[in-house]
Amino acid sequence: MLELRGVSTRYGPVQVLWNLSLTVREGELVCLLGGNASGKSTTMKTILGLVHPFRGEIAFRGQPIHRATPAQVVRAGIAPVLESRRIFPELTVYENLLMGAYTRADAAGIRQDIDRVYDRFPLLRQRRGQLGGTLSGGEQQMLAIARALLARPRMLIMDEPSMGLSPLYVERTFEIIQGLNREGIAILLVEQNANMALAIADRGYVLQTGRIVLSDTAQNLVNHPMMRKAYLEL
Amino acid sequence: MPLYEFVPRRSNWHAWLPVLLGLLLFPLLVQSEYLLNIAVYAGIYVILTSSLNITNGYTGLFSFGHAAFYGIGAYTAAILATRSGIPFWLTLPLAGIVASAFGAAIALLTLRLGGIFLALVTIGFQEIAYLVILNWVSLTRGPMGIPGIPPATIWGVALSGNRGYYFLILALDTLVLFLISRIVTSRVGRAFVAIREDELAAQSAGIATFPTKVLSFVVATFFAGIAGGFFAHHARFVSADSFRLDETFAILTMLIVGGMGSLPGPVIGAVFLVVLPEASRFLAEYRGVVYGLILIGVILFRPEGIAGVPGIIRTRGALSRAEKPSAEEGQPA
Repeated sequence: MLELRGVSTRYGPVQVLWNLSLTVREGELVCLLGGNASGKSTTMKTILGLVHPFRGEIAFRGQPIHRATPAQVVRAGIAPVLESRRIFPELTVYENLLMGAYTRADAAGIRQDIDRVYDRFPLLRQRRGQLGGTLSGGEQQMLAIARALLARPRMLIMDEPSMGLSPLYVERTFEIIQGLNREGIAILLVEQNANMALAIADRGYVLQTGRIVLSDTAQNLVNHPMMRKAYLEL
Repeated sequence: MPLYEFVPRRSNWHAWLPVLLGLLLFPLLVQSEYLLNIAVYAGIYVILTSSLNITNGYTGLFSFGHAAFYGIGAYTAAILATRSGIPFWLTLPLAGIVASAFGAAIALLTLRLGGIFLALVTIGFQEIAYLVILNWVSLTRGPMGIPGIPPATIWGVALSGNRGYYFLILALDTLVLFLISRIVTSRVGRAFVAIREDELAAQSAGIATFPTKVLSFVVATFFAGIAGGFFAHHARFVSADSFRLDETFAILTMLIVGGMGSLPGPVIGAVFLVVLPEASRFLAEYRGVVYGLILIGVILFRPEGIAGVPGIIRTRGALSRAEKPSAEEGQPA
């Protein structure tokens, strides 16, 4: 479904991603692990078209997207849930959701989908008239996920959804991610929290200084000696 | 509902209809040409301030060249009316179209820049526009200005006193504010606010941010041109000195005092700062001091302005309604 082949990205003279290849198949939940400055966020930005790779190709459902603008990527069916949520603080919950449906023109379908995310997150229905910035961090995360869903994505890319959340909301967030995946949405989960991510993922990739150093099934990664050393026995 | 959220709708007619009726009755009660003249100027600044609010308030762009587009509109109307004899009803929209064409050109060239860089480029454009008007004598008559612009006409009747101009600018203000309210409450208007709030998140929601910012600039400069066209036919004389950087700052001051990012904000700011210097004439030379003190007071105590969106300028004053709502955790890195 999503395929990166030999992608290299740089910011000016500084190369961040080195010949990165990665695949997410239809309906799969894949996690991308790595420590600070390993290139996780740059990978996400490259997929979304916020930066363009200088070498390599990215294809989504057979179509090349490595030269696409972020708007085109979203229209193609990839919805991002950004790091630290990035909801619009001065827009109401309802307006935030409408922004998620920005690329769509079917008013009736949008209304229906908003109702459906309200059913999924009843708290958002309660707070639909409240400004996004007045929600707590965990509530904002729910809003960020709901907003992404309104684009009717075929695939979600989530950047560190557990960051800065209370343990309760981390668990809740991972349950939601798993639920969405079971409904058939492919998910690329970019995470530092390797334990939690591997527990729900099908497969995983490990990034180190911009290169993929490991890729295997989630099960094998959990037991991999290098993983155990680097991430799991902190 | 706080004032800054006010949007005129059919359902809240009781809030805006009395104001509109009061404004319609105003010239019947007031006979003084002087007072009516002030009211007409307030009306022109309502358009200028409300249009600047689209870029600087809603979309969060820092444009400092609004008077240039105002001037381009005024000169367009003046040249077309005096040289080609084009009637008022055509020069007015043409003034808007020419100004927004310049707006589009500037936007396409500069909106890749953000923040302070955009501000500097628009100040540069402002100065260039002034110098071109001043030196292109064959087109603009340079420092001599363009006199003898025919008055505005309503159904073929030329307006003579300020009463006619008052009703005309009232109608124009109503139309412009109605159009702006429709724009900012639409999908595109929400995209403007989304870009102001978080450009990266806006992009991620699928907003093509660059064309949307250009659109915001084009709409704002269109209305500035319209205001210029009206000004030319009202003053019946245009000169480059009316459209300098200090004029931009006057409009910007009205916007900041009135409040950015809301519909009533710029209207309140424009009327307040047009009326204030006139109302304080009795203070003679202390007039400037009072004006300055009020500005300082607003900045210190209520940086979002009288009716602006709280926290729109990332500061908070003693009289502000609300703290900027922000997540207690996880601010964007």
